[in-house]
Amino acid sequence: MTRRRVPFVVRNPSVLVFLGLLAAFTLGVTVLSEATGIGLISTSMVKTLGKTLCFCLIAVAMDLVWGYCGILSLGHFAFFGLGGYMIGMWLMYARTEMIVVEALAAQPIPPTDAEIEAAIGNQIFGVVGGSEIPAIWMFADSLVIQLALVVLVPGLLALVFGWLAFRSRVTGVYLSILTQAMTLALALYLFQNDSGLRGNNGLSGLQNIPGFEQTPQSTISIAFLWASAAALGLGYLLIAWITSGKFGNVIRGIRDDEARVRFLGYNVEAYKLVVFTLTAVLAAIAGALYYPQAGIINPAEIAPIASIYLAVWVAIGGRGRLYGAVIGAAVVSLASSWFTGGQAPDIPLGFYTISWVDWWQVLLGLGFVLVTLFAPKGLGGLVDRLVRR
Amino acid sequence: MTTDTLLEVSGVSVSFDGFKAINDLSFSIGEAEMRAVIGPNGAGKTTFMDIITGKTRPDSGDILWGEPTRSLLKLSESQIAQLGIGRKFQRPTVFEDQSVADNIMMSLKAHRQPWSVLFHKFTQDDGQRIREIAEEVLLVDHLERSAGDLSHGQKQWLEIGMLLAQDPRLLLVDEPAAGMTLEERNHTTDLLREAAKTRAVIVVEHDMDFVRKLDCRVTVLHEGSVLAEGTIDHVTSDQTVIDVYLGR
Repeated sequence: MTRRRVPFVVRNPSVLVFLGLLAAFTLGVTVLSEATGIGLISTSMVKTLGKTLCFCLIAVAMDLVWGYCGILSLGHFAFFGLGGYMIGMWLMYARTEMIVVEALAAQPIPPTDAEIEAAIGNQIFGVVGGSEIPAIWMFADSLVIQLALVVLVPGLLALVFGWLAFRSRVTGVYLSILTQAMTLALALYLFQNDSGLRGNNGLSGLQNIPGFEQTPQSTISIAFLWASAAALGLGYLLIAWITSGKFGNVIRGIRDDEARVRFLGYNVEAYKLVVFTLTAVLAAIAGALYYPQAGIINPAEIAPIASIYLAVWVAIGGRGRLYGAVIGAAVVSLASSWFTGGQAPDIPLGFYTISWVDWWQVLLGLGFVLVTLFAPKGLGGLVDRLVRR
Repeated sequence: MTTDTLLEVSGVSVSFDGFKAINDLSFSIGEAEMRAVIGPNGAGKTTFMDIITGKTRPDSGDILWGEPTRSLLKLSESQIAQLGIGRKFQRPTVFEDQSVADNIMMSLKAHRQPWSVLFHKFTQDDGQRIREIAEEVLLVDHLERSAGDLSHGQKQWLEIGMLLAQDPRLLLVDEPAAGMTLEERNHTTDLLREAAKTRAVIVVEHDMDFVRKLDCRVTVLHEGSVLAEGTIDHVTSDQTVIDVYLGR
């Protein structure tokens, strides 16, 4: 029984292996990039890889909530999107303010604060027929507060939603449907022009980081790659630590037989709420790192289908093993952007041409079926088998 | 034998869609007492346990626990379990995906809040307790095995071990000997009788031979209420009990 007294990373060598691979990957991309290396990897590719790391982070969170705790949430992309919106508000506001101030500085009479604010409002909200800055933007000029909101807004939404759902003992497919309804409702709300977040236009120009106007995108992309890798590494470490201890035993117990856990004296609902909220916060952090690399966020990003894809990544990667979630998210999302980005060559059959933009989903569905049939433990399960050999 | 009353169920009724599963049932058990509850199928034995453990809420009546006496009716399953009521299910329910040691470790008496569980440090004492319990239920050589790989009888024992690990004041045990060999049954009897020296044990059983070996007071349930109560010889010679068991 002494095995439990050894340090955490020694007991979990896979964590060290993962962190090592992640560091090697990040360094490798840096060395091959345009800004800091030999230029073999284009800036847009660096951004794609950085975004993929953010997907891996939300997938690891999904594995905690679904793979370990058994809650099939089909709404975690709502938290990812909200995290993006929260940071996007500062990015857009601060940059617009800078542009407006610069433009008004050319006038003979120095502008008043009210004039500057009116000009910012016009710039940002003219597209939805308004010029008033909505109340929810009141902190948009403060990076610190918006960063806090990245965590607080999705965290609070998850806390309230989870509290209502879990205390009513909503489980299984009903809970999944409820989470879909949540993300759909949020998306529909954000689509409205008077939601205060520019309706279907969303927030754009997020790749321009205020204060770094002179820094080329190639350098910014490397900075975000590093930030995303650090977030993924820390998130992975945190979840690996949580699942390796007694807490992990309890939530796996909840996944397999929640009534039994209850009769052992554990408040199952409290555990679910902790896991649901924590993973929502991780998803939000992933989103806050993703959208500055994507450059634009709009309500379509949190449509129900996005969260379903997340579940597919984790299922293909293999539930209940964190590296499985990472593999699933990386493989499927990179393949998806390759096939739908027009890079995959079309296949002419004479009578019909397979164009991958349309056929990618069929391929994904087929892949899903194949994994379910031949590798029920997912791609991560295949890694397990290789390592054991 | 009986000193203070530990659990008192008074005038409890519950019905499902008009069917009265429990009908004005009253029952009490003392601090360190073993009690067997028997009855034909549908007598309400499992519902009786569900009511005590908070899984089912009664329509009327009250359940009083401990001293100072408090009602269990408003408490959740986990709160009732934390008060010291442990339950073993009819079908062995252990966490098959986890090791025997982990199953016991999760059951050990300790803080149950997420925060303290998250920062739980596994101590030498925990290891000692797990080992002791595993010895009692003859699983000490299987500690690192996955609970799903155990035989049926071993799973039953593991679940009894998990009960003991909780250190409850009342054990509710549903058909502990189901599917066991004769030898396994004898050990199970010893375990339960040992436990009953320091705490209350309620055993729900079908098997009359097993009940006879437990050598304790017997409560006979029929159609949701108590039909007879007394020694095994007393209840088996009771004409109404004979009618209920054999008359159908």
